[in-house]
Amino acid sequence: MDFSSLDPVAMIVLLIGAATPILLAAIGELVVEKSGVLNLGVEGMMIIGAVTGFIVATTTGSPMVGLLGAAVGGAVVSMLFAFLTQYLLSNQVATGLALTLFGLGLAALMGKSYNGIKPPRMDRLNVDGLTDLPVVGKLFFSHDPVIYLSLVLVFAVWWFLNRTRAGLVLRACGENHEAAHSLGYNVQLIRFGAIMFGGACAGMGGAYVSLVRVPQWTEGMTAGVGWIALAIVVFASWKPWRVVIGAYMFGGITILQLSLQALGISISGAYLSMTPYIVTIVVLVIMSADRKKASLNAPACLGKSFHASH
Amino acid sequence: MLRLEQRPQPSKTMLYMTPVMAVFATMVVGGILFASMGIDPFRAIYLLFIDPFTDSYNLSQLFVKASPLILIAMGLSIGFRAGVWNIGAEGQFIMGAISGGAVGLALWGSTGWWILPLMAISAALGGALWAMIPAVLKIKFNANEILVSLMLVYVAENFLAQMVQGVLRAPDGMGFPESRNLGRNDATSLPDVFTPLGIDAGGVVMLILLAMAFFLLQKHAMGFQIKLTGESPRAARFAGVKPGIIIAVCLGISGAAAGLAGLFELTGAAGKLTIDFPVGYGFTAIIVAFLGRLNPVGILLAGAVLAGTYIGGENAQFVLKLPAAAVTVFQGMMLFFLLGFEILINYRVKRLRRAV
Repeated sequence: MDFSSLDPVAMIVLLIGAATPILLAAIGELVVEKSGVLNLGVEGMMIIGAVTGFIVATTTGSPMVGLLGAAVGGAVVSMLFAFLTQYLLSNQVATGLALTLFGLGLAALMGKSYNGIKPPRMDRLNVDGLTDLPVVGKLFFSHDPVIYLSLVLVFAVWWFLNRTRAGLVLRACGENHEAAHSLGYNVQLIRFGAIMFGGACAGMGGAYVSLVRVPQWTEGMTAGVGWIALAIVVFASWKPWRVVIGAYMFGGITILQLSLQALGISISGAYLSMTPYIVTIVVLVIMSADRKKASLNAPACLGKSFHASH
Repeated sequence: MLRLEQRPQPSKTMLYMTPVMAVFATMVVGGILFASMGIDPFRAIYLLFIDPFTDSYNLSQLFVKASPLILIAMGLSIGFRAGVWNIGAEGQFIMGAISGGAVGLALWGSTGWWILPLMAISAALGGALWAMIPAVLKIKFNANEILVSLMLVYVAENFLAQMVQGVLRAPDGMGFPESRNLGRNDATSLPDVFTPLGIDAGGVVMLILLAMAFFLLQKHAMGFQIKLTGESPRAARFAGVKPGIIIAVCLGISGAAAGLAGLFELTGAAGKLTIDFPVGYGFTAIIVAFLGRLNPVGILLAGAVLAGTYIGGENAQFVLKLPAAAVTVFQGMMLFFLLGFEILINYRVKRLRRAV
């Protein structure tokens, strides 16, 4: 077998592309979980984002407007989850699952007449003198805007959570909602906002799949990326920068497994396609094995409903 | 202003009324959705919710579709009661079908009454072992069973693809990625028991297991421990309940049930293993479990309702050109409404009067 055809620079560029949907969804979910809410509907919000982004982009002819539409679409469906869990105190696990099942169906219904269409292309960055540089140009100055946006978003989330008062309040809701309530903060409203932010991020992640990665619309095209994003948040111990490491690592595994399939390695394609999911399990096991550390990192009120009864 | 006020005691009436309200609300909102798509809402609702239960042909199909849903949901509900969230039933369903089907394919050509039971045992074991992966990882390494069991669905799907292209491919199938047709082979096809209602041997096994689940939850000490773990994990620990055993039992039962359902689907409705064999019963069963209030009798009824939407949905595709995905939307909507109405069990809505 000829490994020399694997160009490391090209593979890193591909890796970043494969990682970006996971990164976007995971950074949104991180904020949601920091506020104390476990939203298992990431996959559903992503697929809604994938279809709304696709519809808006093909109708307007602009992929960036499509991305915006996807963010709105993801945020709107997440409001269903937010309303049910925050104001009707429904079980977060069950409601998240409902959101995923509902989202997959609704997306298929919405995208019915969009099968087989090509979306408008998203332009990549092209700066004279920079993009043409050997290696560095390809690695840093040749991506589409969403990739830069996703990294800016990670920085913004880190800054918001750790350097602003509002971020502190959001974290307080996640660590001790009773205390946050007694200080006069509206826990439910803050969580509602966090859930909508998570929905918008997941929606954009989904749109990146349908507009850039694939690019076309097929039913169930997110293929578990939303669930992997949930696992990445655990992997990252709820720290924004580690989400980048986790997402890029998964991007790397995906690209490596695809390249090996393309090379016609003797391992069957079906077995190689399993690897991202198996690696997710392995990562979860490693990160959760130390119970004390795992429970220190997780927001203390994660998954608990809050009702101000007085 | 409306305001929620906690009831002194959970309302029994609401406990049983909420699933009915959820189905009714789904009809109303679904009807509006259909009307907006230019489909006659009354026809559509009739086809989805009434026709499956009145038309005799549909009635014979109802049980065929409902039994795998009920069987899987029964297993899942035991885990959900204990707070063990197995949402990878779809994967256990596939692995059950593969391991049971493999036995049938290995014995191809032999005859005997014992072949089908042997396949069923193999399927239950296959499903249970697949579910033991998240169980062991949860017990030993504290890994989240929701994510692990779900990831294993994708692994199982790929494994199925590998099997139907490889060792389980029909030797005389001209290279198509599918197994021999077990449903057309006397020794490996599921016998009918009561044709007018579509009850086959799988349906009978399902009813027996449902009765056993009822007994487990109502009369057996293990059932009590399961319920206690779900309602108050701390109290359960003080009472000496070992959480590891509860996790293993819950995942084992639900995995075995899903595996059996996979085999019944394979030897009954589907006939052969193909890449398209899994149709999402493992996920729909989650809705069945909740709509049935995690109670064996409720699950029986909820399974019939959800199976009805599948059958009605197929008819509506023909008659009204209703897209297939509309049924999934319907099912998701039903779960949303149910979860929303559940607040009425513990709270009541009060109108707030402004103080003078």
